[in-house]
Amino acid sequence: MTVLDTTEHPANESVNTTGPDFANHPESFRATQQAAWEKFTSLPMPKRTDEAWRFADTRTLDISRFGRAEAVSDATQAMLVKLSIGLEHTSGQMTFANDRLLSRHFHGDSLNAKGVLWLPLEQAIAEHPELVAKYFMREEARIGSGKFAALHASQVRGGMFLYVPRGVEIALPVETYHWLSGENASLFPHTLIVAEENAKVTVLDYFANASECPGFVCGVNDISTAAGAKVTYVAVQEWNRNTLAFHMNNTTVARDASVLTLRLNLGGARVRDEAVSRLRGPGGRSDMLSVNAAEGAQIFDQRTLQIHEAPNATSDLLYKNALNDTSRTIFTGLIRVDKGAHKTDAYQKVRNLVLSDEAEANSAPGLEIEADDVRCTHGATSGALDEEQVFYFQSRGIPRRVAQQLVTFGFLSEVFERIPDAALAAHLCDLLHGKLG
Amino acid sequence: MFGQSREVQQTLKFMSLEIRNLHARIASNGTEILKGLDLIVEKGKVHAIMGPNGSGKSTLSKVIGGHPDYEITEGEILLDGTSVIGMEPDVRSRAGLFLAMQYPMEIPGVSNANFIRAALQARLPEGEELEATDYYANLYSKMDGLEMDRKFTARSVNEGFSGGEKKRNEILQMLMLAPKYCILDETDSGLDIDALRIVAGGVNSYRSPKVGMLVITHYQRLLDYIVPDIVHVLVNGRIVRHGGKELALELEERGYDFIREETAA
Ligand SMILES: Nc1ncnc2c1ncn2[C@@H]1O[C@H](COP(=O)(O)OP(=O)(O)OP(=O)(O)O)[C@@H](O)[C@H]1O
Ligand SMILES: [Mg+2]
Repeated sequence: MTVLDTTEHPANESVNTTGPDFANHPESFRATQQAAWEKFTSLPMPKRTDEAWRFADTRTLDISRFGRAEAVSDATQAMLVKLSIGLEHTSGQMTFANDRLLSRHFHGDSLNAKGVLWLPLEQAIAEHPELVAKYFMREEARIGSGKFAALHASQVRGGMFLYVPRGVEIALPVETYHWLSGENASLFPHTLIVAEENAKVTVLDYFANASECPGFVCGVNDISTAAGAKVTYVAVQEWNRNTLAFHMNNTTVARDASVLTLRLNLGGARVRDEAVSRLRGPGGRSDMLSVNAAEGAQIFDQRTLQIHEAPNATSDLLYKNALNDTSRTIFTGLIRVDKGAHKTDAYQKVRNLVLSDEAEANSAPGLEIEADDVRCTHGATSGALDEEQVFYFQSRGIPRRVAQQLVTFGFLSEVFERIPDAALAAHLCDLLHGKLG
Repeated sequence: MFGQSREVQQTLKFMSLEIRNLHARIASNGTEILKGLDLIVEKGKVHAIMGPNGSGKSTLSKVIGGHPDYEITEGEILLDGTSVIGMEPDVRSRAGLFLAMQYPMEIPGVSNANFIRAALQARLPEGEELEATDYYANLYSKMDGLEMDRKFTARSVNEGFSGGEKKRNEILQMLMLAPKYCILDETDSGLDIDALRIVAGGVNSYRSPKVGMLVITHYQRLLDYIVPDIVHVLVNGRIVRHGGKELALELEERGYDFIREETAA
C-alpha cells in the first residue's frame, strides 16, 4: 500500500522540542494541549526496568529525529485518495494524510441520521467543544505510555470523531484512512467513538505510509459506550518497515454493552499497542483481539489491561502472533478484578507460532483478583511449526514454504472467526493474505 | 526376481517403483529398521505387504516418501528408474508418489479444500492458476464416489475427523492427485464394514495399467476387496516371503510364527 512520495519535505524541528501543535484549535482546547505538553516534557522516557516496558528495548526509543509533518502535495493527495480502498460496502469513508483531511464520503444516509456526528476531529473540537471534552482522553494512561499519550494530546489534529446517539444503528462500517508522508514525519491520528444507549456501529481504521521514508506515529483510539451499545473497532496497521508506531486504546464498556476490538498488525518497524478495557457495568462484554504477522526485524510490543470494575461482566482477550525471521513479539497483560466485581468472566489467551529459530516471543500474562466467585483463565503458549505436519503437506506435493504460509494463515485467521460480520472477516482474510503471499 | 529375463527387467525399471537392498535407520538414535529390503512394484500391479507390528512397514512407506526421521544407509529407491534419494518429499510427490498414511495428520486452520487445492496448484507451472470451477466439480465428484459429505471441504484437514473419516480423506486426496504409485498404509484400519467397501471401491476404480499400488494391511479382509497380484511378508526389516493372495489367507490362519521359524531355520 505504498506509493512514491513526490512531495518535498522541509527539515522540521523535532516533535520533542517544538511544543504543542495548536493547529486551528479553539482556545479552550489549546489549554488542554499546553497542559499535555508540559506533562510530556516533565515525564521521563520509559526505562526497561519499568514494569510496563519489560522485555522492551527502551534505548532505541529516541524520537528526536522526527519532526512535524507538512501538508502533502496535490498530486500525492490525489494518489492517496485513490489508494484508500477498503470494504466494498461502507457507510462512509474519511481519508487523512499527515493528519489533514483529504476527503470525506457519505455512502447512503446512515451517517446523516438524526443526531449522528461524523466529523474530522478538528471540526468536532471547534463545533462541539463540550461534547468532545466529555470523552477526549479522559482515562488515565495505565500501561506505560503516559508520556506518549501526553505527546499525542499536545499534537493531535487529525482523526475522526463519531457520535452515535441513543438507539441508532449504523448498519455498514465506517472507514478512516491515515497516511503518513515525508522523511521523518510524525503522525498523531485520533479515533474517538462514542456510542450512546443501544447504539451500534462498526469502525475501521487503516494506517499506511505514502513511501518507505522513516516515520513516527503516536495514535489514540478510544471507545466509549453507554448501556447496551455495540461497537466493533478494527485497526489495520500497514506502516512501512521504517516506522515507529505507538497505538493506545481505552475502551469503556457500560452495562450490557459490548465492544469488540481487533488489531491486525502487518507493517511497522516497531509497533507498540496498548489496550485497556474497563468493564464498568454488569452484563458488559469486551472482546480484545489481535493478529500479528511479524517477519524480518519487526517488533510488536503488546500491553493489555482488562479492568473489571463491575460484577457480571465478561472480557475475552485473544492475541495471536506468528513470528518469522528475526522478528520479536512481546506481550504483557493483566486481568484486574476489583473488589465487588463478582461473577466476572475474564479470559486472556496468547498464542505464538514461532517459525524461525532467530525469532523471539515473550509473553507474560497476569491476574490480580480481589473479588470472589470469578472465572478467570490466562495462558500463553508458543509452538514451532510441527515437522510431522510439514511432512504431511510435502507428501502431497506442497513445498515447505507454501505449507508454512498455509499453516500461518490458518493459525492467524482463526481470530477472524470471532467477527460476526462475514464481509468484514473476509476482508481481513484478504489483507492478511496480501502479507503472507 | 520372479524369473524375469534381463530384457523384461530393463523395461520394468521405467515402469516401476523399485526398492533395492534398502537399509534405513532412525536418524535420532541410529537404530536400523530396514535391513536390506527388496521390492518392485510395477505399474498395473497391486502388491500387498503384511507383517507383524513393528516390523517396519510404515517405516518403509515413510522412507520412500522422504520422511526426515530416517536415514538411508544403503540401497536405492527408483521411481521409474530415477533415484529419489535426496529429493524433498514434495518433489517425490509431484513426481507421482502418494502415501496414504497410517496416522493422517490434523492440520488446524487449513481447510480440506484449500489443502488439496494447494497440492494441485503446486503441480502447475509457475504463474498458472488452478481453475476453481473445474477444481470443485472434480472434488465433488470424487467425494460423491467416496460417499463423503460436502461439509468435509470446509473443515480443517483431518481435524476432529473420526478414524474412518481420516482414511477416507486420504483416498480422496489420492484420487485428486492422480499419482503413479500409491502406498496405502493400513487404509482399512478404522473403517467400518460399509466404509471399507466404499473406500476399496474408490481404490479399485483407480487401478489401471498406469498405476502401481502397494497396500499395507494386517487383514485378509481388505484383500478380498482390493485383490492383490502379489503378497509380501515383511519381518524385521526384510521381505521374507512372497506369494499369491492365498498367502494372506494362510497368515490369517496361522499367524506369523511359522514364517519366523522357517526364516530362522
Ligand atoms: N521415528 C521413530 N522413532 C523411534 N522409533 C521408531 C521411529 N519410527 C519407527 N520406529 C520404530 O521402528 C519400528 C518399526 O516401526 P513401523 O512403524 O515401521 O512398524 P509397522 O510395521 O508399521 O508396525 P504396525 O503394524 O504396528 O503399524 C518400531 O519398533 C518403531 O517403534
Ligand atoms: Mg505401521
